[in-house]
Amino acid sequence: MHHPVKLGANDVQWCFSQVKGAIDDDVAEADIISTVEFNHSGELLATGDKGGRVVIFQQEQETKGQPHSRGEYNVYSTFQSHEPEFDYLKSLEIEEKINKIRWLPQKNAAQFLLSTNDKTIKLWKISERDKRPEGYNLKEEDGRYRDPSTVTTLRVPVFRPMDLMVEASPRRVFANAHTYHINSISVNSDYETYLSADDLRINLWHLEITDRSFNIVDIKPANMEELTEVITAAEFHPNQCNTLVYSSSKGTIRLCDMRAAALCDKHSKLFEEPEDPSNRSFFSEIISSISDVKFSHNGRYMMTRDYLSVKIWDLNMENRPVETYQVHEYLRSKLCSLYENDCIFDKFECCWNGNDSVVMTGSYNNFFRMFERGHRRDLTLEASRESSKPRAVLKPRKVCAGGKRKKDEISVDSLDFNKKILHTAWHPQDNIIAVATTNNLYIFQDKMN
Amino acid sequence: MAGADGDDSLYPIAVLIDELRNEDVQLRLNSIKKLSTIALALGVERTRTELLPFLTDTIYDEDEVLLALAEQLGNFTMLVGGPEYVHCLLPPLESLATVEETVVRDKAVESLRKISHEHSPVDLEVHFEPLVKRLASGDWFTSRTSACGLFSVCYPRVSSTVKAEIRQHFRTLCSDDTPMVRRAAASKLGEFAKVLELEYVKSDIISLFTALASDEQDSVRLLAVEACVSIATLLPQEDLEALVMPTLRQAAEDKSWRVRYMVADKFSELQKAVGPEITKNDLVPAFQNLLKDCEAEVRAAAANKVKEFCENLPEDSRETIIMSHILPCVKELVSDTNQHVKSALASVIMGLSTILGKDNTIEHLLPLFLAQLKDECPEVRLNIISNLDCVNEVIGIRQLSQSLLPAIVELAEDAKWRVRLAIIEYMPLLAGQLGVEFFDEKLNSLCMAWLVDHVYAIREAATCNLMKLVEKFGAEWAQNTIVPKVLGMANDPNYLHRMTTLFCINALSEACGQDITTKQMLPVVLKMSNDQVANVRFNVAKSLQKIGPVLDSNALQTEVKPVLEKLATDQDMDVKYFAQEAISVLALA
Repeated sequence: MHHPVKLGANDVQWCFSQVKGAIDDDVAEADIISTVEFNHSGELLATGDKGGRVVIFQQEQETKGQPHSRGEYNVYSTFQSHEPEFDYLKSLEIEEKINKIRWLPQKNAAQFLLSTNDKTIKLWKISERDKRPEGYNLKEEDGRYRDPSTVTTLRVPVFRPMDLMVEASPRRVFANAHTYHINSISVNSDYETYLSADDLRINLWHLEITDRSFNIVDIKPANMEELTEVITAAEFHPNQCNTLVYSSSKGTIRLCDMRAAALCDKHSKLFEEPEDPSNRSFFSEIISSISDVKFSHNGRYMMTRDYLSVKIWDLNMENRPVETYQVHEYLRSKLCSLYENDCIFDKFECCWNGNDSVVMTGSYNNFFRMFERGHRRDLTLEASRESSKPRAVLKPRKVCAGGKRKKDEISVDSLDFNKKILHTAWHPQDNIIAVATTNNLYIFQDKMN
Repeated sequence: MAGADGDDSLYPIAVLIDELRNEDVQLRLNSIKKLSTIALALGVERTRTELLPFLTDTIYDEDEVLLALAEQLGNFTMLVGGPEYVHCLLPPLESLATVEETVVRDKAVESLRKISHEHSPVDLEVHFEPLVKRLASGDWFTSRTSACGLFSVCYPRVSSTVKAEIRQHFRTLCSDDTPMVRRAAASKLGEFAKVLELEYVKSDIISLFTALASDEQDSVRLLAVEACVSIATLLPQEDLEALVMPTLRQAAEDKSWRVRYMVADKFSELQKAVGPEITKNDLVPAFQNLLKDCEAEVRAAAANKVKEFCENLPEDSRETIIMSHILPCVKELVSDTNQHVKSALASVIMGLSTILGKDNTIEHLLPLFLAQLKDECPEVRLNIISNLDCVNEVIGIRQLSQSLLPAIVELAEDAKWRVRLAIIEYMPLLAGQLGVEFFDEKLNSLCMAWLVDHVYAIREAATCNLMKLVEKFGAEWAQNTIVPKVLGMANDPNYLHRMTTLFCINALSEACGQDITTKQMLPVVLKMSNDQVANVRFNVAKSLQKIGPVLDSNALQTEVKPVLEKLATDQDMDVKYFAQEAISVLALA
């Protein structure tokens, strides 16, 4: 072991590693990062953006001379996954924005990922090529034709080495199954099916079949006037192939067992925390809406993110979460203005570290938060250009909730709500995290001695 | 001179070889499909040393090209120099067996299985078996899944040491980390068991089967059900109870509906494999449970098997089992809440009448048939009607006709045109079963009404239906009942109906024969050549072309020819076109 893995937010000194994306303050809409996802080995990191592009970074192999510097992530492949479209029947524009990326478990030398916009899911293959054929009979390699009469023997082309080329090719397009906007995709542990969820329905697909999918959850009321709740996120259990959960705008999470019936309209578990009457307000329902749900790697727990908190649920206990972490409780007094500037509808995602001991989620002012579970310790860090010197240790930040502001504290009023961290990802094994600010991707890792 | 001759014959091959790497997929595909031509031109030596190495590296290509390549290589033995050199084909097929696309992999495995038989026993151990091992221990699951399909072809032909290794490899793959490989192993378990010695079936296969059948992945467990059929067939009857039945019972009560569905779906095969005694003791209650399953998909799959299951019951106890165990479940299914279940049942339930005989059918089944004929779901009613012949043999259709008629009429007027289309297609069958009298009295008017349906597909099917009826009932019947009505429509104010007359004539002329066609139909067609709608007129031309061969030459010359000549000078270009076409086809020019 070169680097003993220390997994505790406070044992780890997080330091800057890399920042990707333009330095300009002038942000092009298309460059806004909309999803970040490590593959299963952590060797590849994919981002999707509002312009429909997917950028894949690859971790460089460790160099022998510097045993303590882990490889940096460099661009491996960039491709246009989705294009803007227009649905002529419904007179609807379909944005190219990549809502989610999910990597498939590696099946051969190539890598595969699913990417989705609001309507269409695509399966991409990313493969390397380092050989190309050479030798024609009837023309030169540059394309000039030979006189056929000079051909006296047949020549079979041979493969010769060439510079490594990475190709991304679309392998499958899963379209026309969603009336509403797709918010989640999740690959099943059977490695042959995946789900896609929109506001009202969840469909089950076979990875090799594009012309049909099965609707397994449908919460659309017969009369749309009676609509009170929408699906906000859905995920398969990491190792129980029959279990899936979906969260709703009302703050509940339903667990379905696909063994019980072909249609999962009846959930087998409903996770819901009774509302605290003292905190009840006009905004209660909005802020209780769940923006993300993620199973822990071991499959025992799941984490949900609502507007102000992160909750960890034990799958065996439905009536309340086992842990609740306040992400930015100081915003509770600001909900009115956050409602007016629409920030209250921001969809923050959350993620687990490799051994499920720490969870991470984003906040405003380019802050992101980590919560160390066993120790109930937490940490606020900032992704900013100022601290982006190589191997610079990140200083913990603190927001002053009221009263007298101490040195090094930031007042709630000076937080920049336009700078928000919605998407973060944690390397599946190592202490390497990827944090997306608006159009920049920051990579941090623990400082190694 | 010899060289120049060589050039000529080389050129097409040179083109084919160059197109192996053309940018156009279609051209590459074309070249791959003519790979044998290329190999023939190169000769066996160069095919082995140059062409095959090139093909081995060509795995970057599109799936369809790889698929074609995988297929070609299965038939390549002679082109590389015969069985002695067949192992040269292994490298390209090995690389094809690791690609991610299942169809390509499967085809590569199929070709590998094919050429395995062309290996000598020595080559099999020296070349083929090592390849299987490499695939079986490959880093990626694609290669390991491919390996699963190759064990059974080499096992019978290798030494006992190698056999032991192969069994070990198969065991390892059955407990692979990835569900794909376990699925591949589970799906090949039965096939592998067939080539194993019975002692190893009992010692190895049974434990693997038991493990796969209790895998944590539903998708693996359900494949074990399929293997159960083959394994049960291999074992002596006295071992079944101990070795197979515990697992099968467990599968029939699996928590996952998909596994129970698989049991229901394979029920007839299972029944044959385990034999009559176990069927009586175990499968009957299991089948009852599946028919009452809480998941509709499972009930539907089981309902589909009702007839086959009953048919294959041991004769001595068949009737008792059906009457006391199966029929009560069937009765419940008739009023199931799910229409797919009812419709699955309706497609087989009539078959029970031949098994149960006249009295039981009248007493027990008839009420069920009648209930299904009144079902709210059209598909259920259609399925009953489409199987009427089974009942007819046993009790005669008259028993049903009272209920049949309203059901048919309702379907005939269903709001969904596909339902109307389906019932039309059963009309000739019904007509045959019910007889001409009943038909004339009750159904004839329906058949005529479809001719003026507002959906073209229905009118078209109705036309075709008339033709089949005439074939059944004869020309005289046609002349008395349908021809007058069809011809009457020629004066309909709606031009679509007038065209239907022409379409009917097209369909009926042959079945009706020369006399009716010349005397009754032709005058109407000719008269319609003056129709004000051009579509009708050019259909007149088409009809004349169609019925021409049925007419005698006198009518053709004196009546048809002048009309076609007139139409050939019509203002409308389509009318002209079809008139001229008819003139030339009928050789009237």
